[in-house]
Amino acid sequence: MENKKTTYNRRSFLKSSALAGGGLMLTFNWFSTAKAAEKMQELNLPEQWAELTGYIKITPDNVITILCPNPEFGQNVMTSLPMIIAEELDADWKNVVVEMGPHDNVKLGPQFTGGSNSVRMYWKPLREAGAAARYMLRQAAAQTWKVPLEEVTTKNGIIVHPGTMKAAKYGEFAQIAATLPVPKDLKLKDPKEFSIVRSSKKNVEGQKIVTGQPVFGLDYRVDGMLIAMIQHPPAFGMKLKSFDAAQTLKMPGIKEVFSLQLYKEGFEQGGFDTRTFNDLLVVVGKTTWEVMNARKKLKVQWEPVSDTKDTMSGRGGKREVIVPAGLESTDSQLQKMQEYAQKPAQLLRRDGDPEAAFKGAAQVIERTYTAPFLAHNCMEPMNFFAHVTPEKAVVAGPLQAPGWAEPTLSKLLDLPADKIEIQMTRMGGGFGRRAYAQYMYEAALISKKVNAPVKLIYTREDDMTYGIYRPMYTATYRAALDANKNLIAFHVKGGGIPEHPVHANRFPAGAVDNYLAEAWQIPSNITIGAFRAPRSNFNAAAEQSFLDEVAEAMGKDPIEMRLELLDRAAKNPVGKDNDYDAARYAEVLKLVREKSGWATTQDGKYSRGVAAYFCHNSYAAHVVDMVTRDGKPYVERVFSAVDCGVVVNPDAATNMVQGAVVDGIGNAFFGGLTHKDGVAQQSNFDKYRLIRHNEAPKQIDVHFVQNDIDPTGLGEPPFPPVFAAVANALYKNTGKRHYKQPFSNELPGKGDKQL
Amino acid sequence: MAKYNLKINGKTRPVDVDPSTPLLWVLRDYLDMPGTKYGCGVGQCGACTVHLNGVAVRSCQLPASAVTGQEITTIEGLSAKGDHPVQQAWLEHDVAQCGYCQAGQIMSAASLLKMNPNPSDEDIEASMSGNICRCGTYLRIKEAIRTAAKK
Ligand code: FES
Ligand code: FES
Repeated sequence: MENKKTTYNRRSFLKSSALAGGGLMLTFNWFSTAKAAEKMQELNLPEQWAELTGYIKITPDNVITILCPNPEFGQNVMTSLPMIIAEELDADWKNVVVEMGPHDNVKLGPQFTGGSNSVRMYWKPLREAGAAARYMLRQAAAQTWKVPLEEVTTKNGIIVHPGTMKAAKYGEFAQIAATLPVPKDLKLKDPKEFSIVRSSKKNVEGQKIVTGQPVFGLDYRVDGMLIAMIQHPPAFGMKLKSFDAAQTLKMPGIKEVFSLQLYKEGFEQGGFDTRTFNDLLVVVGKTTWEVMNARKKLKVQWEPVSDTKDTMSGRGGKREVIVPAGLESTDSQLQKMQEYAQKPAQLLRRDGDPEAAFKGAAQVIERTYTAPFLAHNCMEPMNFFAHVTPEKAVVAGPLQAPGWAEPTLSKLLDLPADKIEIQMTRMGGGFGRRAYAQYMYEAALISKKVNAPVKLIYTREDDMTYGIYRPMYTATYRAALDANKNLIAFHVKGGGIPEHPVHANRFPAGAVDNYLAEAWQIPSNITIGAFRAPRSNFNAAAEQSFLDEVAEAMGKDPIEMRLELLDRAAKNPVGKDNDYDAARYAEVLKLVREKSGWATTQDGKYSRGVAAYFCHNSYAAHVVDMVTRDGKPYVERVFSAVDCGVVVNPDAATNMVQGAVVDGIGNAFFGGLTHKDGVAQQSNFDKYRLIRHNEAPKQIDVHFVQNDIDPTGLGEPPFPPVFAAVANALYKNTGKRHYKQPFSNELPGKGDKQL
Repeated sequence: MAKYNLKINGKTRPVDVDPSTPLLWVLRDYLDMPGTKYGCGVGQCGACTVHLNGVAVRSCQLPASAVTGQEITTIEGLSAKGDHPVQQAWLEHDVAQCGYCQAGQIMSAASLLKMNPNPSDEDIEASMSGNICRCGTYLRIKEAIRTAAKK
């Protein structure tokens, strides 16, 4: 869904009904008929977008309840989505109560948090729902007061008729409004009239968070709940051979030890059902600490797996995938990548005659970039509650895409979907990791086996060594300059384990006459998954570092050079499928140039780097200012410019961009998961370094392009260009270009003791 | 198993646990106080921060046997109404993203301000660097601590 020209043919209708006890309940239904292929591209939406129904409830005592349909993982949808309804409803935000919706794909639609899609997906239907409810309330008042509808207005949750000086709270007319037909095709507000949207509202769960209320999956408990842990194999490419649990069973609090299979042979997995280890060795007991300790007493024999066959359905139809055997190591993987990089690859895009242009070039620049596997390291490790009985299953926990997991769970438990209740708890981070629900399936199977409510907990070590990492990537970029230092050809050839990173239709495609994009991939048994801005997080790092170097070779300012290319792409684009809007792309660069005072010297205090990128329908650019302290480079301050259309909740959006900047700096400097003979070399935060408070910038100024374009994603777009802005600033700081992430491996202080 | 009387948030709470059980799991599993979070279990992330006699400590590293009789404060007991200046400042700056690390951050910050009511930015950095925020809210954490320090 990267194509800016993509439109949805949306059709929505609303239904009203009376609440028990009086009051209005408005449900909205939404169909989308976007072509399947468009949807699949980046959004990864399910084949059929379900009917989407949301609720607004207004009770006679004037409490306005709005249900949040989408799971919350820190992107603040529980605040921003209800704000959209409240805006068109003209509600008094103070009277709005927000509740997380139940999981119900029939009533609440896709309910998918990911792909920077929440606000974008719900923007129009939520506005329509709010506007309809407001209209019906006005109508109810007009009828009762016997005045013309046009003369009845609303203000902040009050219905007013200025002529007769009559006024009433929404609650007073909610019951009558519920009996009225639902209007169609209402005119929505002009963005200029927004008063809730575009004004910063505090996180509706803020108070619960600062007082330690049990809002997370790990906090979920019921009476009689048992704790379960799984002993995974010590290495990718290994599986359970046999075990002796005698010592474990003697430990206090331990109930059962058993092994079970996640998927039976030939099980048809859904599109997001990646699995790492199929034979689960499970310890169940009374409390976490007891289970943790008893698990250490297991005597287990592991054995190497042979090639295994996964049967996948979902996206791309049913197919079989062979997962190779073997104990992989980072060194041999890097070597293999070098070999593959030399081989012919899959052609993704070709404009003009790149071979001839490179042949005739006055100068060719060629650089290769690599990046390691990354663990998501959500602060709350994977966990899930399950209580499965022969009649039904109740599961609760942190999950980004409950709707995609439900069909698999239904098959695994042999229970129809209507006998499965999935409760969506607040997530302690997601970053893509929680779109893969194997931990929920595991919890459910364990509960079924022990016939009791169970909480499955991954320790940090379990979580970090399980896989579903950001893939390992490499890409070689080549640029050809003519005698006048014009860029005449551009070539990217990228690959990865097990997935390549290349977005062939991204900038600078469309801006260069001769262009070639190719890709290759190497299968692996190390599992991977979406990680904040999948593929883009590497592409931006590599491509935007490379462009910096090309600009230097051309003797041009790096922003000016990009703007010239974008100008070309806007006015006279090469090729047809360019998936970015060159004008909007240029705008964020101009904005960050202005706000950072790019042209000024900054008294030589900082080493500056710039980068920009487009992904997930939004545009972002950063200028990073680096300093040296105690002989080490630190990002001291950052200027960010973002275009995501209308910004629903500016302060929360700023927080999100600031977080993405910190995350980008952290991963660029420190992120990386390596392997030796299949064993993850980092299993906790003593070895896997995450950015800390003292390493974060002291200032991050975020600027949004002001426009009235329907909102697009924000969780992911600001993240990818950070890596390159850091790399480009590092070059200014150290005089050396950095091609291998994480950069700290090549910098002084490598191996610094952590706090 | 052994019986201990733990003094938590001003109340005496008897527990019967294995002596090695970290305070973190005593709180979460035995006393139904899940505000204190598990992040790493090895003293690296700070999610489990509580106060022991007013000082920030990592509850995943403290066995129950070592804390008996001492004053323990958790996020649930930092203030009676959730209005400790640090909590208020956290809301004012809308610090949280996912929120998972924030109980630990708040407990570290409250302890810092108790010992050093007027911390410099360097003081804040030094004492807050043991608390990881995967969502990257460090800047707001620092601003909120500055705000709380003024109160
Ligand atoms: S859980 Fe105690 S420091 Fe991480
Ligand atoms: S707010 Fe998510 S880890 Fe800090």
